[in-house]
Amino acid sequence: MHDMDRLGTELAGLHLRNPTVLASGILGISSESLREVACAGAGAITTKSVGLEPREGYANPTVVQVECGLLNAMGLPNAGIRQFSEEIRELGDLEVPLIVNIYGYSAEEFGKVAGIAAESGADALELNLSCPHVKGTGAECGQNPEMVKDIVGEVKSRVKVPVFAKLTPNVADITELAESAVSAGVDAVTAINTIKAMAIDVETAHPMLANKVGGLSGGAVKPVAVRCVYEIYEAVKVPIIGCGGVRTWKDAVEFMLAGASAVQIGSAIAYEDLAVFKSVTSGISEYLKEKGFRSVKEIVGMAHKR
Amino acid sequence: LSGWHINANETRTVRIQKVETETEHAKTFYFEDKLCSLAEPGQFIMLWIPGVDEIPLSLSSATNGLVSVTVKDVGEGTHTLFQMKQGGIIGIRGPFGTHFKITGKTVLVVGGGIGTAPLMLLTFRLLKEGVKPVVVEGAKTKNELLFVKQLLNLQRKVGLEVTFATDDGSYGFKGDATNAAGSVLSSRHVDAIYTCGNEFMTLKVYLLAKKNKIPLQASLERIMLCAIGICGSCVIGKYRVCKDGPVFDQNQLKEVENELGKLTRNFKGERIAIK
Repeated sequence: MHDMDRLGTELAGLHLRNPTVLASGILGISSESLREVACAGAGAITTKSVGLEPREGYANPTVVQVECGLLNAMGLPNAGIRQFSEEIRELGDLEVPLIVNIYGYSAEEFGKVAGIAAESGADALELNLSCPHVKGTGAECGQNPEMVKDIVGEVKSRVKVPVFAKLTPNVADITELAESAVSAGVDAVTAINTIKAMAIDVETAHPMLANKVGGLSGGAVKPVAVRCVYEIYEAVKVPIIGCGGVRTWKDAVEFMLAGASAVQIGSAIAYEDLAVFKSVTSGISEYLKEKGFRSVKEIVGMAHKR
Repeated sequence: LSGWHINANETRTVRIQKVETETEHAKTFYFEDKLCSLAEPGQFIMLWIPGVDEIPLSLSSATNGLVSVTVKDVGEGTHTLFQMKQGGIIGIRGPFGTHFKITGKTVLVVGGGIGTAPLMLLTFRLLKEGVKPVVVEGAKTKNELLFVKQLLNLQRKVGLEVTFATDDGSYGFKGDATNAAGSVLSSRHVDAIYTCGNEFMTLKVYLLAKKNKIPLQASLERIMLCAIGICGSCVIGKYRVCKDGPVFDQNQLKEVENELGKLTRNFKGERIAIK
């Protein structure tokens, strides 16, 4: 049996050659760098979050290393969907599905951006309902189950491609958000975005990020993310894309056992570079072989039977 | 698995040890840092001006634990830095990125404006390794030439060949650094060319090296945020300047020929023409 057959999976109607997906916000500004990630072996790629209008983002420092991970407050820099649609078009011949991550300040704005992204050739859309550091969008919409419902509903009414909701862990109960998104017809759920966090320099007493508060990613958030995926799997029937601290095949398998159909990889690229996609996929394949599974689909949610 | 930690990426707060005024708009800041003192020429650091900004800068010297960056006053961050004096606290992380590789017996080093900063560290390293550098430095006018004293000192002490070029002819060769480099090449053989400067100049030096079939290493500049290869703000073609660069060889430059000296990206990630 080929690795390819064993690793291939389905995600809300998309075929993925393996269950690794580039996480949004990582190398997602230009078509050339997204193509590099696909060439490096990712099963699908996600763009940086794009809104209706161009946006500069915050001053530096925007990324700070902390214990077991990274803290970031980029501030959603992006060229706006009209210019970004050129990058999407340039990826028309890409060998793997292209997921365009979008944000907006209202359901209507999300809908507009979604329409242009889908028209330009996005294979799926991921809704940014979870950026923890920009006022009026991201988590500020995504923490409210009613707004999640409105945004998903509006986007679903505008596009035919699958729509994923990327959820924030910065709430008491993430399953409420997942249930809201599903009730409005979402096709899959991505869990989780970064956890709201900060770091302060003790020498100068200055918060390290220019925005003071940002989002934590990397190894530090993995146990939180696995718990969120586990809870969401119990609550809803749509596929889940696990995200948060995936760096090795073991991390990926753990997410799948918790209920993720695929996993996103982001911060790990800072440590492993793009080779991380091949090392994770070949490790998953070895694991499946050793355990006697014919398909990666067989292990999704397995921990729930224990 | 080495943990979610990159030694060089840890922000260290350090005190400024010394400030030297180079020109009206350029100063050199010295500080102590072990990791940076081990840096190779061409590598860069992210310098944090607490509460204001964090900016990418190439190292201009590195000896016995004392290192320096030479900075041009171009924005809010550098402006605040320029007010800082000995004892002031800054944050640093790095060194990051690729570096100039020492090669050949006689090499040409072409610097433009503030781009000369990493080439000073390179020149010292070349001399130490027994490679003979021929240095060409260009600037708009005499007052903007950097490291003139140091270079003339090296000329006197170790016979360093150095040519200064100014656009207005106020000092040395009249014309830009590439013209001066061309005239060096017409009279002698070099094994390699190293360059750093504004990207119009880099493109010209790239074409000059190509025409003369001489291997080239060039340091490029883009907007840098994370400096660890993940945010994507510094891309040129398929390359990340922070991780795959900032120093690229002529084969890599050939792959980004359509962008070199022409296109860059702004803070929004929009493709824009290089000014």
